[in-house]
Amino acid sequence: MQTVVSQTSPPKKSFLYDPKVRGIFYQVLLIVVVGYLFYVAATNAVENLQRARIASGFGFLNNTAGFDISQTLIQFSAAGSTYGEAFIVGLLNTLIVSAIGIFFTTILGFIIGIARLSKNWMVAKVAMVYVEVLRNIPLLVQLLFWYIAVLGPLPQPRNSLEMGAGFFLNSRGLFMARPIFAADAWVIPAALLIGLVGTFIYRRWARVRQERTGQQYPVGLVTLGLVLGLPVLTWVVLALVGANPITFEIPKRGTFNLTGGMQILPEFVALLLGLTTYTAAFIAEVVRAGILAVSKGQTEAAGSLGLKPGQILRLVVIPQAMRVIIPPLTSQYLNLTKNSSLAVAIGYPDLVQVFMGTVLNQTGQAIEVVIITMGVYLTISLVTSALMNIYNRRVAIVER
Amino acid sequence: MSTAVDMPRFVRAQQVEALPPPSLTRGPIAWVRENLFSGPFNTLLTLVVFYLLYISVPPLLNFLFIDAVWSGADRAACRADMGGSETGACWAFVREKLSYFTYGSYTVSERWRVDVFFALLALGVGWLLWLKAPRRDLGAVYFFWLFPVVSYILLTGGNADFSGRFWIGFLIFGALLIALFAFIAALLKTSLRPALIIGGGIVAVIGITLVLMDMDFGLEHVPTSLWGGILVTLLVATVGIVVSLPFGILLALGRRSKLPVVRMASVIFIEFVRGVPLITVLIMANTMLPLFLPGDITVDRLLRPLIGTALFSSAYMAEVVRGGLQAMPKGQYEGAMSLGLNYPQMMILIILPQALRIVIPGIVNTFIGLFKDTSLVAIVGIFDVVKTIEASRIDPNWAAPTIGMTGYAFAALFYFIFCFGMSRYSLGVERRLAAGQKR
Repeated sequence: MQTVVSQTSPPKKSFLYDPKVRGIFYQVLLIVVVGYLFYVAATNAVENLQRARIASGFGFLNNTAGFDISQTLIQFSAAGSTYGEAFIVGLLNTLIVSAIGIFFTTILGFIIGIARLSKNWMVAKVAMVYVEVLRNIPLLVQLLFWYIAVLGPLPQPRNSLEMGAGFFLNSRGLFMARPIFAADAWVIPAALLIGLVGTFIYRRWARVRQERTGQQYPVGLVTLGLVLGLPVLTWVVLALVGANPITFEIPKRGTFNLTGGMQILPEFVALLLGLTTYTAAFIAEVVRAGILAVSKGQTEAAGSLGLKPGQILRLVVIPQAMRVIIPPLTSQYLNLTKNSSLAVAIGYPDLVQVFMGTVLNQTGQAIEVVIITMGVYLTISLVTSALMNIYNRRVAIVER
Repeated sequence: MSTAVDMPRFVRAQQVEALPPPSLTRGPIAWVRENLFSGPFNTLLTLVVFYLLYISVPPLLNFLFIDAVWSGADRAACRADMGGSETGACWAFVREKLSYFTYGSYTVSERWRVDVFFALLALGVGWLLWLKAPRRDLGAVYFFWLFPVVSYILLTGGNADFSGRFWIGFLIFGALLIALFAFIAALLKTSLRPALIIGGGIVAVIGITLVLMDMDFGLEHVPTSLWGGILVTLLVATVGIVVSLPFGILLALGRRSKLPVVRMASVIFIEFVRGVPLITVLIMANTMLPLFLPGDITVDRLLRPLIGTALFSSAYMAEVVRGGLQAMPKGQYEGAMSLGLNYPQMMILIILPQALRIVIPGIVNTFIGLFKDTSLVAIVGIFDVVKTIEASRIDPNWAAPTIGMTGYAFAALFYFIFCFGMSRYSLGVERRLAAGQKR
């Protein structure tokens, strides 16, 4: 019988064959190469900046900007505001177009995604054509198209189109009534808050009740009433007693231009339209894949338990589809936010246009400006994906 | 025994006439009823869709075809006040500008070189995409080495005119590289032959490339500032593809590596690039690249966005390839290792061929994204298709109200044909790959 095998130690080999040694070698090599590249780049940058007499550091953020921005959500003036404030203006413009875009694109994307699965042949085909066309044309071309299509046919301000209810449309954009808040306008958000809290409590109570007794309560109706109805009711009551908290300033026709009211830039409209319709095509595909991912057996099992079609959709299909839909949906939201940087092509003052465009050209401080701008986008992306990871861990199916 | 059998009261004497076949289970009418008007809600939907089509499709067809102006020498054809028609697309404009949209300002007498480039590109793409093509390994060599070198010579004119010092430097570098390989082989106490072959091979490939770039083929030099249009769009896309695939594979392997430093470096690069918009990367390449290089080296204006897009798409490609690597069952890795293959052998011979095969659809989708993204170089001032259209749009010779729309319709059509073609291809491959899995 062979007994002793392990006595003969393996033949002594060069230590270079040790995977650990090799691993350390490769990593040191990588660090040295990358470090050397960074070192060369940094020394060159310092030298080049000195030669071009460009300042460095973030001090420029406190310098006076000296240029105007067409859409500002905070107080901003060429003479009195700094580059730092210009950055905030750009950031807010990016965020607002992204937020509104995300809202509309979600609705449109879900509609088209569900339409693609419709049994109605026409509806399904039209949705498919929409998705294929929009997905296969670059967003930049679409934005330029929308910009021209939106801006082109509009009349000069003096011949503004009146659309009723204080809406005017001309080549400078969409003008509409501007709300003016009285001192006691806070009651309306307060009413909304009360409505939200009330809804939350009511839903909990209804769920506990239903689990105990099996009796169902009209949760949807009550939610609608509390969240929407309460603020509206407050407003109406206050307006009736003569203390109207919100009044509207309606734009008036002047000789050459409209005065008063609120202006929405055509660039904003074009960007919003482009981002919304483009991203909706991708969201539609995400939604379709999510719904198809719920196996047919789930629907049939729910049916055999006696659930009605509406309940099957609401209680069985959608919760399972959402688990598949939400991660790619968030990445589409991120794409929309990143794509909003294409605003620079049509002149909407977003972060890239204001900060990486005008500010960069005026100050020449490329490194700082690029770092700040990329930092903003990177922060948004990383925070979102961190939240997504938490969500994924929560909804992941716990397997045996 | 009972004989009491109930006598039937009624016996049918003749056969019942056969029921007519249910008329509406097949045929176009039944299909319409089933698919379009199966209920009140469905009927309503169909009518709404018909209405939407009615208000959108006829005007579109009118604009694009029926009312379109197909020929004309200048704006007069597309202006109502000069006797033309301005309700339809001004295709005369596109016809007139087509060579500008294709070549940009490329020297007219040298444009055949661009045509040869297009043909070579089509050959390479066809060779690689046609899954049954002969010798696809040679195709890869062609596409990733020969084709780029030849294209460089064709498009710029070659004749880089390296100095004597450059060649001496290269010879020293080559000798050092071969010596390094020999030294490692000696340390490892293995035979010298493979080390010399690998080292010599690398030096030879680089050397041949440099010699070709240096040689004077008698082609006139065409500066990149003259390039434009479809040429630049395809060039940016091709460079992105040629660089991003190998670089993306390396990044993906790095991200899956067991070595912490390598993994961290790959993760940081990939997540950083994926977290920022392409336009910021392009602006960075445009403004910061010159800063990072020694003052006397200038980077070609076309090269900067090329580097930007190549790096950008590498990160996305890396994620696609990583998906393929993760989808490989562990047994493949273990099987390869138990055969005694080392890491490069395992990856090159066993894992990557399978992993890349299953992610072909993902790779093609990344290419579609890359192709669409090439339009962004217009923002940093490179004359790609979009930028040439933008430039032609303001040509006073063609100042007419429909010019902008016509230009964008052309751009949309151009991108749509390429992207839609690629997406159909990827669907086809996906179906083919799935066919192998079905039992």
